[in-house]
Amino acid sequence: MKPAAFEYFVPQEVQETLELLEQYGDEAKILAGGQSLMPLMNLRLARPKVIIDINRLQDLSSISPGAHGGLTIGALTRQRAVERSAAVRERNPLLFATMPLIAHFQVRNRGTIGGSLVHADPAAELPAVTLVLGAEFVLKSTRGERAVQAEDFFVDYMTTAIEPIELLHEIRLPGWRQGRGWAIEEISRRKGDFAMVGVATVLELDGHGSCKDARIALFGVGETPVRMERAEGMLRGKGVGGRTFEEIQKVVSDDLDPVSDVHASAEYRKEVGGVLTRRALEKALLRAREGRK
Amino acid sequence: MSSRRAITLTVNGKSYERLVEARMMLADFLRGELDLTGTHLGCEHGVCGACTVLLNGEAVRSCLLLAVQADGAELLTVEGLARGNELHPLQKAFHERHALQCGFCTPGFLMTAFAFLKETPTPTEAQVREAISGNICRCTGYLPIVQAILQAASESGESSGKSVSTPPARR
Repeated sequence: MKPAAFEYFVPQEVQETLELLEQYGDEAKILAGGQSLMPLMNLRLARPKVIIDINRLQDLSSISPGAHGGLTIGALTRQRAVERSAAVRERNPLLFATMPLIAHFQVRNRGTIGGSLVHADPAAELPAVTLVLGAEFVLKSTRGERAVQAEDFFVDYMTTAIEPIELLHEIRLPGWRQGRGWAIEEISRRKGDFAMVGVATVLELDGHGSCKDARIALFGVGETPVRMERAEGMLRGKGVGGRTFEEIQKVVSDDLDPVSDVHASAEYRKEVGGVLTRRALEKALLRAREGRK
Repeated sequence: MSSRRAITLTVNGKSYERLVEARMMLADFLRGELDLTGTHLGCEHGVCGACTVLLNGEAVRSCLLLAVQADGAELLTVEGLARGNELHPLQKAFHERHALQCGFCTPGFLMTAFAFLKETPTPTEAQVREAISGNICRCTGYLPIVQAILQAASESGESSGKSVSTPPARR
């Protein structure tokens, strides 16, 4: 058999899951959609002693409208369900546009939104998207509950702020603000593969058309999704357009510090990261202006 | 440590009950325990799509699911497509369009196409291409595969609304 032997639990309730996590801690792995964990186990790159299969936790699988136009998405919600959700389409166009970019539909049928975030592959779309959206992650353990902001959640390569005894319960997205444009751009060799480089952005205009807020996060270029703070600073409080975007393309290329691997060279990622950022900002600006009309 | 569990599941309309170790993959279970070797294993880590089956009506990678996770589920594998000697319209179209050479990837493509046409009965060529983007054919026969899926879709459209993705009769 491919994976190493493990002890297998299928809790029926969240509380039961938390007790198992408390008992086994870092010997245990949560099995959600299994689209990243199972390959690691099949290759024996991961050999957890205990598997806690949370697929029977119905409470964790829901999409509900939150306060002020926000959304609360249960961690076990399948990526395909997010992709098909009318609430997501209406309330969060960036997340809605992101879903079809994640892997292939057979993978999204099983893969969960929480699984992708906790796995925190730096080339994945969702971590970067939650970063620009200012998402909040609700973590539970037998000792209580805490909420962690996306900017504090992704701490290192495939490492998040989640403790071994904690379970990601839900993701909260703040309401979409009027005058906000957005875009997500990525380059991958085959449709659905992990991006060699990608960028997610939101751009918010005030009533006079100047930039109120800008957030840019790149993925596939570092240990975690990377916010481009210098570029964001060049946008905030200013009138934005073609010239600024060209400067930002250079700044982003300069600020990126990616590694070379079998998929792409560092030089390629720097160059393309800048170009994709400019394209994303151009699209976001158009959408922001549409939204202002 | 031996976590053997009793599971009951339905595959191609037939019910099975087995005792399985928790770490057995669904694909290995189908092939080794049920002798349904039509489901192929290529990469065994979710990239190639050869092991695609339908789990409660949805296309999934059976190499990334534990057999115990399919407890209580209804599965459809490539063996469940034809009715006796009568090929499923998709199989017939693959045959006619020469959409296979070595045939290794074919079960995965058929199950992917089956699930896709159920949701998108009259697809465009671009939609077909995107739908099969998660399946790899190393004989590089993608063009005939796309044509076969389009043919199956248009033929089923002509035959008075009879869907290409009508589930097979229970055996």
